[in-house]
Amino acid sequence: MSDETTAKRQATAASTAPAIELKGISKAFGPVQANKDISIRVMPGTIHGIIGENGAGKSTLMSILYGFYKADKGEVWINGSKTEIPDSQAAIAAGIGMVFQHFKLVENFTVLENIILGAEDGRLLKPSLAKARRSLVELANDYGLNVDPDALIQDIGVGMQQRVEILKALYRQADILILDEPTGVLTPAEADQLFRILDRLKSEGKTIILITHKLREIMETTDTVSVMRRGEMTATVKTADTSPAELAELMVGRKVLLRVDKNPPTLGDVVLDVKGLKVVDDKGVERLRGIDLQVRAGEILGIAGVAGNGQSELLEVLGGYADGTGEVRLNGAPLDLTGRLSDGQSRRRRGIAHVPEDRQREGLIMEYQAWENTAFGYHHDPEYRAGVLMNNAAIRDDTAEKMERFDVRPPNPKLAAKNFSGGNQQKIVLAREIERNPDLLLIGQPTRGVDIGAIEFIHQQIVALRDQGKAILLVSVELEEILALSDRIAVMFDGQVMGERLPDQTDEKELGLLMAGITDTDAAAAAKGT
Amino acid sequence: MDYLTLIQLLDSSLRLATPLLLACLAGLFSERAGIFDIGLEGKMLAAAFFSAAVASLTGSVWIGLLAGIGASLALAALHGIASITFRGNQLISGVAINFLAAGMTVLIAQSWFKQGGRTPSLMGGARFEGITLPGADAIADVPFIGPLYSELISGHSILVYMALAAVPLTWWLLYRTRFGLRLRAVGENPASVDTAGVSVVGLRYAAVAICGVLCGIAGAYLSTALQAGFVKDMSAGRGFIALAALIFAKWRPWYALWATLLFGLFGALETRPDVIESIIGMKVQAQFLGALPYIMTVVILAGFVGKAIPPRAGGEPYVKER
Amino acid sequence: MDVMPKWAEVVLVPLISLLLAGIISALVVLAIGEDPVAAAKLMVTGALGSTYGWGYTLYYATNFMFTGLAVAIAFHARLFNIGGEGQAMLGGLGVALACLYIPWPHWSLALVGAAVMAGLFGAVWAAIPAWLQAKRGSHIVITTIMFNFIAAALLNYTLVNMLRPKGSMDPATARFPEATNLPTLHDLLSPLGIEFSKAAPANVSLLLAIAACIGLWVLIWRTRLGYEIRAYGHSESAAKYAGISPFKITMIAMIISGALAGLMATNNVMGEAERLVLNSTEGAGFIGIAVALMGRSHPLGVFIAAILFGFLYQGGAELALWTSIPRELIVVIQALVILFTGALDNMVRMPLEKLFLALRRARTSKEAGAAD
Repeated sequence: MSDETTAKRQATAASTAPAIELKGISKAFGPVQANKDISIRVMPGTIHGIIGENGAGKSTLMSILYGFYKADKGEVWINGSKTEIPDSQAAIAAGIGMVFQHFKLVENFTVLENIILGAEDGRLLKPSLAKARRSLVELANDYGLNVDPDALIQDIGVGMQQRVEILKALYRQADILILDEPTGVLTPAEADQLFRILDRLKSEGKTIILITHKLREIMETTDTVSVMRRGEMTATVKTADTSPAELAELMVGRKVLLRVDKNPPTLGDVVLDVKGLKVVDDKGVERLRGIDLQVRAGEILGIAGVAGNGQSELLEVLGGYADGTGEVRLNGAPLDLTGRLSDGQSRRRRGIAHVPEDRQREGLIMEYQAWENTAFGYHHDPEYRAGVLMNNAAIRDDTAEKMERFDVRPPNPKLAAKNFSGGNQQKIVLAREIERNPDLLLIGQPTRGVDIGAIEFIHQQIVALRDQGKAILLVSVELEEILALSDRIAVMFDGQVMGERLPDQTDEKELGLLMAGITDTDAAAAAKGT
Repeated sequence: MDYLTLIQLLDSSLRLATPLLLACLAGLFSERAGIFDIGLEGKMLAAAFFSAAVASLTGSVWIGLLAGIGASLALAALHGIASITFRGNQLISGVAINFLAAGMTVLIAQSWFKQGGRTPSLMGGARFEGITLPGADAIADVPFIGPLYSELISGHSILVYMALAAVPLTWWLLYRTRFGLRLRAVGENPASVDTAGVSVVGLRYAAVAICGVLCGIAGAYLSTALQAGFVKDMSAGRGFIALAALIFAKWRPWYALWATLLFGLFGALETRPDVIESIIGMKVQAQFLGALPYIMTVVILAGFVGKAIPPRAGGEPYVKER
Repeated sequence: MDVMPKWAEVVLVPLISLLLAGIISALVVLAIGEDPVAAAKLMVTGALGSTYGWGYTLYYATNFMFTGLAVAIAFHARLFNIGGEGQAMLGGLGVALACLYIPWPHWSLALVGAAVMAGLFGAVWAAIPAWLQAKRGSHIVITTIMFNFIAAALLNYTLVNMLRPKGSMDPATARFPEATNLPTLHDLLSPLGIEFSKAAPANVSLLLAIAACIGLWVLIWRTRLGYEIRAYGHSESAAKYAGISPFKITMIAMIISGALAGLMATNNVMGEAERLVLNSTEGAGFIGIAVALMGRSHPLGVFIAAILFGFLYQGGAELALWTSIPRELIVVIQALVILFTGALDNMVRMPLEKLFLALRRARTSKEAGAAD
């Protein structure tokens, strides 16, 4: 580390000025007030958490700090002096580095090329690359951030990619690091590694802002935490002085049930029987390596696992829009796995409904009105037809009724799907799929991007369907959701089922081990050992 | 087919490949930065007219060349404004520019020259003549090397040599400079460049400008070197063939050279049905030969390069994530 | 939040775009030394001032309705079919074969037969690029453009080498038999006591075009196929989830598109020329793009835009006849319409959205103030 930086660090440690101070930041996008008079102080050498629901305004605030947006009102003070941040270059010059939720890397460049992009030393590349290579070695030694500089981004894992993002910030001499939802794509073990790195950075005098919606991370990693709700900063507290329940209440504004009330399951016959299911993607990589599982009537089977371990492919094959090999039976009769044309229609005819993981990309046509979306996937249904033509009036009536039953707001069938909030969009999809009375319901990430009030409702609906004797296959990256809803849990890692557990006989730690690829017996042993 | 005919054929191929190469490199810069450009055709046509027209009026082909580049740059700017600033549909913009050029060139030609939509024939200083390289005459009679040097390599107009030089220059710019790194990044993931504090808009406009210059040279070549004057619709689909070559070349400069030379060869064969007949032993219809470059374009798009991967962010306007 | 009311989106934006295109066209006319106002007046009288003018305007409009509908249905599936020109040429071939080689007793049967052949040939010509796009990922924009050039070569070859009557120097077919001649608007209207120019070529295929507009509207918004096409056009990933096959939609949308473009030949080849000549399409396939963009891919919009462009075309022909303004002015206008309605529509939309937002803010603050 250079003498200049050491001196700077010592100066920062000695002063009591906050590393970051925001005074009265306000920002509106059209009619939406994303940030309303936000004031916050983060002291140097601390980890500060910012928690809030989707749409609370966290990302907007950080974007202002990083120069992406200009605040309508308010001031930004860095290390005790007022700083103008009109663009990202100014933010970088002020020592702010940001690690985004969705990585901003160029997939077919090397790690080194990504690191120097925008921070090259001069017009020619060769000297820039050489200098960066040397710096990388230093940074690896100082912070334990080891990467292969010549690897292509598309070839390295997600945890590694995140390291590259951190290195990018450190290469640009960032003293303040902002991490936006960093653990979304990491296994619990990788997340722990990340927090160890953050602790080390903190001990070297860096200031860290952690944006997350995971209460557990806040409690375990941060020194202080701010809560945002609907564009406002509702509270800033010392983490040691608060609790998850209190934070949740601050996030939502009322007491929140973090548990789901449900009766023990009444199990029926096996509805879904999967044997040796394999899926190969179009690059020839095996995404599912021989999955065996069963779901009975009246049962919720929860599939836990970090995103990208084959769960999506499982849902796609069962939903009828990906091919696979193996044997899948629904109520005893085999399902076709090699439809040359999409087979989503025949799946629906067989009694499989599907609430997909990505409602905006798959579950809904955002430009279609709510009533058109109600018929989506079921547009061949005789009840929606008048002879050869579609019976639009009938579909609209049906939509109005569904909206009432599922408390969709606003209850306007003619409103385009993109104009509904995330939770209401999800309810439209759920209403459509659940009211088909399917034998098997596939659900992926049911409460992603959904506000807490709607989460409760959705969980209740899922449990209600299960109590009607239907089989439910639930995929979620949120372990809490899996533990709360499932009657049985299967953990997937790297295209395989690592093990099955009953929710009251396991915990997040054991599940985390299985999610990270530890084998069934080893994970059980490790869980017992502690 | 004897050696001399082969040399003549290759010589012709190079001449015909030159506008394709320039247009292909133009498209390469634009597409690598994420801006699809099917308006290469229109820019070439506009440049062809204005360079011939100004050359004819001023008597100087170099001023004509500048005028041609200017016209192409104007259309490139239009495409840039529509695609970058106004985030419009890049394909539609390209189509509109092609029609605009097709219509405006004839309108202005008729207005200026009253010759039914063409310029007068260019002569003397208003044309690019072939350059005889040193020693070409001396070794012309030496067997094998003589014709190779004096016919194939020497004797082309300067624009041909410029086009050939543009290939290594493009390679160097893209892969050895900071600008090239950023340009390639902005076509793959513009957010990576934006968050690093570099202007996405600036890079893309730069790419579009380079595209405009190269198309300008390509168009000028058509009317002041390959032929002697502008006629209506003289680009004849070359802009699209250049696009096919670009895809064939997987958006890489050196491959672009070989791809365009291949298409140049097709064009050369079109004028030598006797050569084809001697090779495959069958008489080939004139219409088929005329359609050959277009058919080959389709074959290439369908066959070998059906799955070539374009720059990942190509064709998508960049909007900051919220 | 939808900032602009629907009527503004559907009517105001294209109208302003059209106005901009018009202003720039006027500037172009000025630049080449002619008077834009006089030119406009000449166009109006020439195209709309007499039944002769109307006859030509509607004749051209019929062409553009077919090609505009063709582009529109493809747009709904997010496919950019630039091959209307070539598909219309192939349609002409179909019409020629039907009229020359099948002895029809009456024009109504001949029309049906010719329409089927025209649609078939156009559909096939569109199906090949469609298949290449769906199966091989070949960009449909480039392949359809190539197929335009190939169609021209193919037509040239068949006319010169196969369909040309012996002894004729013209690369064209023989005249179609009289039984296949379609009644013009004059023939249709005079029994009703309505006077219409005898010389104008607008004919019964206009009714076919209008029927196609209505039929396409029903298809797009009232049938399951239309629902699937639009869904796929909005989101391929969602379509796959719902069991809608991207391959099937690509093929069907393009086949319908090609068939519609091919049907144009019932107007220009069968209705007007009554034989097949080289370049019978005269750029109508490309004007279809402008028509579809202006009409927002809606059959009613296409209908109106087609008549507008029919007016421009006939007006342009009059201009070329009486002034020194070449016909290429229409190509320029067409380019400007495509530019403003298709590529620069945000340039019109963004300020309008700001305006509506400001109006809404003013209204809400006024209401808040009045409530005090």
